[in-house]
Amino acid sequence: MSETQPLLKCRHLWKVYGPDAEKSVPAANGQVDDTEALIAQMRDDDQIVAVGDVSFDVQRGETFVIMGLSGSGKSTVIRCLSRLTEPTAGEVLLDGEDLLTVTPSQLIDIRRHKMGMVFQNFGLLPHMTVLENVAFPLTLQKQPLQAAHERALQMVELVGLKGREEAFPRELSGGQQQRVGIARSLAVDPELWFLDEPFSALDPLIRRQMQDEFMRLQEQLHKTIVFITHDFLEALRVGDRVAIMKEGRFIQVGTPSEIVLKPASDYVRDFVQDVPRIRVVKASDVMLPVGKVDDDCHHVLPDTPLEELLVPLAASAKPVAVRNEGGDVVGLVDSTSIVAGLASLQDDGNG
Amino acid sequence: MAELQSKLQSAIADRIFLIWVAVIAATLVVTAIQPSAAWLIDYPKAWQIPLADVVNIGADWFIDSFKFIFRFLADVLEYPMRALQWVLHALPWAATLALFSAVAYFSSGWRLAAFTAAALFYMALTGYWNESMNTLALVGISVPGAIALGFALGVSGHASPRWRRTLMPILDLMQTVPAFAYLIPILLLFGFGPVVGMIASLIFATPAMVRNVLLGLDTIPETIVEAGRMCGASARQLFWRVKVPSAMHQFLIGVNQTTMAGLSMVIIAAIIGGFDDIGWEVLSQMRKARFGESLMSGLVIAFLAMVMDRISYGFADRSTGVSASHVPWWMQRRYWIGLIAVPAVFIALSFAFEWLASYPKDWIWDPAAWLNQLIKDFTRDYRGLTTSIKNNTLFFFMLPLKIGLQQTISPFSWGFEFTPVLKALYWALLAAVSAYAFVRRNWPIAVCFAIVGIVLFFGLTGLPWPTFIVAVGLIAWIAGGRNLAIFAVLSLLFVLTMGLWKPAMLSLYLVSVAILLCLVIGGTLGILAANNQWASWIIRPINDTLQTMPQFVFLIPILMVFQVGDFTALLAIIAYAIVPITRYTEHGIRQVSHDVVEAGRMMGCTKLQLLFQVQLPMAVPQILLGLNQTVLYGIGMLVIAALVGTTGLGQRIYIALSDADAGRGIVAGLAMALVAMIIDRILQGFSEQRKAALGLS
Ligand SMILES: Nc1ncnc2c1ncn2[C@@H]1O[C@H](COP(=O)(O)OP(=O)(O)OP(=O)(O)O)[C@@H](O)[C@H]1O
Ligand SMILES: [Mg+2]
Repeated sequence: MSETQPLLKCRHLWKVYGPDAEKSVPAANGQVDDTEALIAQMRDDDQIVAVGDVSFDVQRGETFVIMGLSGSGKSTVIRCLSRLTEPTAGEVLLDGEDLLTVTPSQLIDIRRHKMGMVFQNFGLLPHMTVLENVAFPLTLQKQPLQAAHERALQMVELVGLKGREEAFPRELSGGQQQRVGIARSLAVDPELWFLDEPFSALDPLIRRQMQDEFMRLQEQLHKTIVFITHDFLEALRVGDRVAIMKEGRFIQVGTPSEIVLKPASDYVRDFVQDVPRIRVVKASDVMLPVGKVDDDCHHVLPDTPLEELLVPLAASAKPVAVRNEGGDVVGLVDSTSIVAGLASLQDDGNG
Repeated sequence: MAELQSKLQSAIADRIFLIWVAVIAATLVVTAIQPSAAWLIDYPKAWQIPLADVVNIGADWFIDSFKFIFRFLADVLEYPMRALQWVLHALPWAATLALFSAVAYFSSGWRLAAFTAAALFYMALTGYWNESMNTLALVGISVPGAIALGFALGVSGHASPRWRRTLMPILDLMQTVPAFAYLIPILLLFGFGPVVGMIASLIFATPAMVRNVLLGLDTIPETIVEAGRMCGASARQLFWRVKVPSAMHQFLIGVNQTTMAGLSMVIIAAIIGGFDDIGWEVLSQMRKARFGESLMSGLVIAFLAMVMDRISYGFADRSTGVSASHVPWWMQRRYWIGLIAVPAVFIALSFAFEWLASYPKDWIWDPAAWLNQLIKDFTRDYRGLTTSIKNNTLFFFMLPLKIGLQQTISPFSWGFEFTPVLKALYWALLAAVSAYAFVRRNWPIAVCFAIVGIVLFFGLTGLPWPTFIVAVGLIAWIAGGRNLAIFAVLSLLFVLTMGLWKPAMLSLYLVSVAILLCLVIGGTLGILAANNQWASWIIRPINDTLQTMPQFVFLIPILMVFQVGDFTALLAIIAYAIVPITRYTEHGIRQVSHDVVEAGRMMGCTKLQLLFQVQLPMAVPQILLGLNQTVLYGIGMLVIAALVGTTGLGQRIYIALSDADAGRGIVAGLAMALVAMIIDRILQGFSEQRKAALGLS
């Protein structure tokens, strides 16, 4: 497959619970004429539509975040992708191969080599040490114990748990346990990495720390990631693109700033209301057309959050130049433009 | 006055109250016209359904047609048992002792090893070594067999929900029907002899394993299984490398319970398959009223039980695996080396020293005769005291419940005649008390008083069965709704039409008395233990010991002092059944949330107020569960109590067993199971209601 193709394609995915759920979606590939009408009818029939006709692509190296309230169907999506749950209808293409039609033994093979998953409640094996837990997926493939342990040790180091290899899960704190979960999911060097609310069970301070850790890892590893969270700020921090989910449907998919700046509905708007704009809005969103540029003025990249422009602006009276990767100046930001930009967003937010 | 009126009105508006009044009135009427309507109290023989005979006909046919299969199975199973027996006898006693101690050390350290050595040495010292080894051979096959069978059944039940739905009721039945009852068909199918005892033990011990395997597999956190699947585990890897180790702790608890159950069947098995083992020894000595001997041999079983319990529990505890794997591999391997080396050394030594090979006869210490004398002296010297304890309990507590005050009170027992005037006075007093309770509190309390008064007057055996059935149905309705009520009524009708009403009432009376006493004594002990660390520290090991002892062993010392009869049975039942209520009470009170207790303190509760108004009410659901267990334990003891001459369902089963009458045994066993289930479900219902009311469920 070509490199520009998305690694993961999800098409018209459905998961329906309830009586006769298997037959509830007319087409096996999930394509129906009027999705909304079908869902409404299913719900009238007392069926639970956990996921209703969801489609998206995940590009190689991209972090795709699914964000929604509890019960909105996030876990069901990721579980359908990994086939922990059998979808009712739809297609899931990994590198062009339809995961939903592979045989059980092929599926085991795919899980052994291409997928890793991190669980909200860690899912560590209580009777194994940290090292054994991390080596577990490797030993399942009958790799020699020596090699498996070496690889596991690397992973343990990667997540910063060196020295605790011999500890048992119960002897670790929540944050440390999740590090083990992360190390285990990475042990087979998967292309596709699923994380289902990996940090939700941790307290806020640790969560923040783990997010930083996660972003550091991703900078090193460049995995293709599907990340689930119900924490909007977390979604904005870690995600390249974010999907907002509600009652089994994606109601908006976009980059963090798109979502904050152009909420597709009141529902999303409610979410973004409390997000400090200054962290999300980029220099490119508020910059003025290029005027006269002094060579000695401060310059930044277009996707720098406004927050980081405040200090340079305060330090000198000059505007800040926005330069693209090539070094060409594409715009200017001064204090007025920041205030004006934020004010106009405020209007949007309230309107 | 207005308040009374409104109370009356609301009570009359309550359907249940009206039914109660009707039941009470009907009872009084029936007992008043009793001589002319005796059938209302004694169910006529002519109306009985001869189910037992039908069962016998069916059983005879089945046995005749399939006996050969079972006999063959028995023959096959005999080989491993004989082999094990041979090995155990061939091994020098010192080597066996060393081996067990090494296993004990492996399981939980030096203390248990020392205890194990002492326990096994006791067997040699008292001259019961050979009998002990025979018992060990029996359990040595039946328990692993039960574990393997239980594991297979548990796993298959976990894999197939449909199969599980058939399995569960069978397990329920196997655990509530007294083991004696199904000994009979086993006996008929497999014949007599030691193997039969082994098979009985195996069957009896299996359910505990099945339940724990199911529980273990069911309670593995879903994420762990999913993590295993996402790591790419195949179905087999998922089972052996993820599920089994995750559930290992529960499995080992199952092993522990299975071991205990298998061992507790040893004496019972001796009744049918008596051969030269400890169970047979205890039983035959007891029958010969040689108490010293039966106590000495009973202690062997008790020790064996404790050793096995502690060892298997030790393994279960270790399986949670914190400390174990910090031990380097050679340390772990060292255990195995030790397990082989230590006995090997003793075997080698036994060639040099004859006394290590077989325990010398001269060194046997047999205090039985001395014990017998001691008991004789004791009972002679303290006859006054023991008979007065026994008689007072009988006259003032047990007999009123059994045959009612109307028959109990006599110049011989209470020192005066129950004249009509006194009877009238009794009824007047009862009416007054109930009326007072109605006015001051509410109608349920008044109804309770009335019922207790009536039961005490007529005794359980003197109550008319129709109103009794309706009353139980009503209680079941209140506790668990319509289905439970239907179940209770149908079950009682079964008991009635089988002609087992009288025995059932006699059993009920004995159990009720025992349970009341358990509740009072055990409850007090539990409260004590919950509030005082020292008391808890003393009570806990006593409870543990009581729980691990095979039920029979309780009978012996009590029998020595109080002779055959209801009172002895009562004490034996209490000794066995008091454990759960004590434990659950302590646990229930301890787990009352600290905030609540603290809040109570801050409001200025005294210690007693805190106990009665905060801790106990909050602990009621737990206490009810404990009571439930106590009831089941008590009923379980009934058959064994029959050995000391009590009458009732237990006795019926016991008689059927000696007659090898499968039909009558099964019917009586079923009746007992049904009675147990009714009480169980009713108590559970009340526990649930309490929990819901406290917002705990
Ligand atoms: N096995 C099942 N049977 C029936 N309904 C289910 C099942 N699993 C999930 N659901 C329903 O599907 C919906 C989506 O569940 P899902 O677990 O995907 O939510 P979620 O977004 O992950 O929520 P959370 O943040 O609480 O994890 C819920 O309404 C849930 O009740
Ligand atoms: Mg979820």
